Amino acid sequence: MATQPQDIQELMRRREYSAGFITSIESETIAPGLSEDVVRMISARKQEPEWLLDFRLKAYRRWLKMEQPKWAHVHYPQIDYQAISYYSQPKSHKDGPKSLDEVDPKLLETYKKLGIPLKEQEMLAGVAMDVVFDSVSVATTFRKKLGEAGVIFCSISEAVREYPELVRKYMGSVVPFGDNFYAALNSAVFTDGSFVFIPKGVRCPMELSTYFRINERNTGQFERTLIVAEEGAYVSYLEGCTAPQRDENQLHAAVVELVALDDAQIKYSTVQNWYPGDEEGRGGIYNFVTKRADCRGRRSKVSWTQVETGSAITWKYPSCILRGDDSVGEFYSVALTHHRQQADTGTKMIHVGKNTRSTIVSKGISAGHGQQSYRGLVRVLESAENARNHTQCDSLLIGDQCGAHTFPYTEVRNPSARLEHEATTSKIAEDQLYYCRARGISEEEAVSMIVNGFCKEVFKELPMEFAVEAGKLLAVSLEGSVG
Amino acid sequence: MLEVKGLHARVEGKDILKGLDLTVRAGEVHAIMGPNGSGKSTTAHVLAGREGYEVTAGSVLFDGKNLLELEPEKRACEGIFLGFQYPVEIPGVSNLTLLKAALNARRKYRGQPEIEATDFLAWVRDRAKLVKIDPKMLSRGVNEGFSGGEKKRNEILQMLILEPRLMILDETDSGLDIDALKIVADGINALRSPERATILVTHYQRLLDYVQPDYVHVLAGGRMVRSGGPELARELEEKGYGWLEAA
Ligand SMILES: Nc1ncnc2c1ncn2[C@@H]1O[C@H](COP(=O)(O)OP(=O)(O)OP(=O)(O)O)[C@@H](O)[C@H]1O
Ligand SMILES: [Mg+2]
Repeated sequence: MATQPQDIQELMRRREYSAGFITSIESETIAPGLSEDVVRMISARKQEPEWLLDFRLKAYRRWLKMEQPKWAHVHYPQIDYQAISYYSQPKSHKDGPKSLDEVDPKLLETYKKLGIPLKEQEMLAGVAMDVVFDSVSVATTFRKKLGEAGVIFCSISEAVREYPELVRKYMGSVVPFGDNFYAALNSAVFTDGSFVFIPKGVRCPMELSTYFRINERNTGQFERTLIVAEEGAYVSYLEGCTAPQRDENQLHAAVVELVALDDAQIKYSTVQNWYPGDEEGRGGIYNFVTKRADCRGRRSKVSWTQVETGSAITWKYPSCILRGDDSVGEFYSVALTHHRQQADTGTKMIHVGKNTRSTIVSKGISAGHGQQSYRGLVRVLESAENARNHTQCDSLLIGDQCGAHTFPYTEVRNPSARLEHEATTSKIAEDQLYYCRARGISEEEAVSMIVNGFCKEVFKELPMEFAVEAGKLLAVSLEGSVG
Repeated sequence: MLEVKGLHARVEGKDILKGLDLTVRAGEVHAIMGPNGSGKSTTAHVLAGREGYEVTAGSVLFDGKNLLELEPEKRACEGIFLGFQYPVEIPGVSNLTLLKAALNARRKYRGQPEIEATDFLAWVRDRAKLVKIDPKMLSRGVNEGFSGGEKKRNEILQMLILEPRLMILDETDSGLDIDALKIVADGINALRSPERATILVTHYQRLLDYVQPDYVHVLAGGRMVRSGGPELARELEEKGYGWLEAA
């Protein structure tokens, strides 16, 4: 396809724009530390309206009174919040390596194993490029197609400028500014993220994955995402990608809010592969995320599917508030911890409306010294006549230095509720690997086969192309876990 | 084809094989009999390359190649198949997935392209008929919930699909009803050819009635204490092993 020069320029302009920078403001990194002044400065640099500054300030003041949560089954040194710089210019392409030759060969090796195309390898590794012709033209086409359908998909900063009323109406309505320690921090200092709006009756004409993947670059450590599906709308959104992403920022505290009105459906899939640290756990990302969906409308449905293989520490509980009658919440999760990784993850299903249904399928894989906890809450309020939940919670251990723990909580205030819970723990046994090898299958392939079998139920919920990648990703992440 | 000389092997610090000799030529069927705990399965695992089975002396040549330095999967790709005395269950991985991976591993080893999905299914269906296994069962996890007899028949099915050159069957006849025994024997005979060889580890004459061996060996105390023709098996059936150990 021929690329129009003006398209490229337009896109490049948008890119700068969507990153939230305006040429008149010198955008350098501000000094480390957090104070009310810093919050004001962030808001001013982004030329935000008064209400958003208020939102940030309220969050900041609340955060000051809060304590870092201690209940999760994870261990890490105290984080010095005054040592973090809360605003910095996105890395200019010019600072990046000049070509793939300058990139860590280990990283390239992994890209190769995952089968990531060369062009994308360059983008992921941050290679300095003026224009990537393929992606630009693809992105432009996508924008056009989405626009025609009436779908809004842009950065939060852009949305604040272009659609302030929509943002104001929904932001903080699912995860209030003072919800928890990390959410409050995020609400005070978030720099950017994505905004998706699907108007009434519209089925988003494409997975919002491909687009995202091409455009995503260093979204920052305090990311904020807001997705709204109006009555009868449908959207499938994919966050992240299988390629290992490096980031100098150790602490990541994102907030994701989903709103589904009557008969709306949101499918939110995550592949998280942040840098997990080295074998001793040094340098990995701390990933403390708050993700919540509000099934506000009747017969609305939200599915969370996540494949979590990265980060040194993961603290994450994508949840659904099933407010609308007959609404449905689903959580499908594969979490893998290797080396010194720790993950405390699960979900909360809050049944408010009548005939609400929820399904939880959690698959935890631990290898090396990995530690993993499933933490799930199913709460059935008095109003939730006829609520149903099915929870399936399986752990797979590879080796005997790792651990798996389950913390299922239930609170039932309506006797008509029916809850089922199943849990299993299994181990990849030496004789299983030997059996495969005696049939000619290498040990690595055997592990990957067994792990993929274990995760089948979750992978089938992922968009096609990612299901295959996710399988490969697990295999690569588990390398060296046996033998 | 296979030449085992003065093989000594140790498991968990315990010497099990103490100077085992065995020569198998293409086209031959050898039966290995012997008392419980004498080292028959150990021999099979040493030949297949199981980790933890440490060879302390002796040599094993397969087609003139030193087998002992090959990984288990390489040995399988070279054409060795071990039918397990206790087939392993792998829940979540379907029999078809395992078979396809195994078949493709061999093809890759030989520099051939992967098998087409339709060819694969047709081939599996064809072979499943020989051992009277319902192809539907193959969508289940590997040996998952299979009865003892089904597991043994499944070993034979895998063998028929992979078409190895040296088949080592460790008590594949144990625990089978009469009909299943016949099916297993038919499967073994189906692969008998001048290019292939078979080692049958068994306790019973009845399998040997269906699969005529060329040689019968008695393994006791980690060595072959007696070798002979098919008549040796009948003699053992009558007299047991006592008279050999005394000798
Ligand atoms: N992993 C192990 N650890 C310790 N001892 C072992 C191990 N595997 C086998 N042995 C011992 O080695 C000896 C030989 O065992 P092997 O399984 O080879 O016997 P076998 O001839 O196949 O017997 P059977 O007829 O009962 O199948 C036995 O004494 C057994 O207890
Ligand atoms: Mg045995």
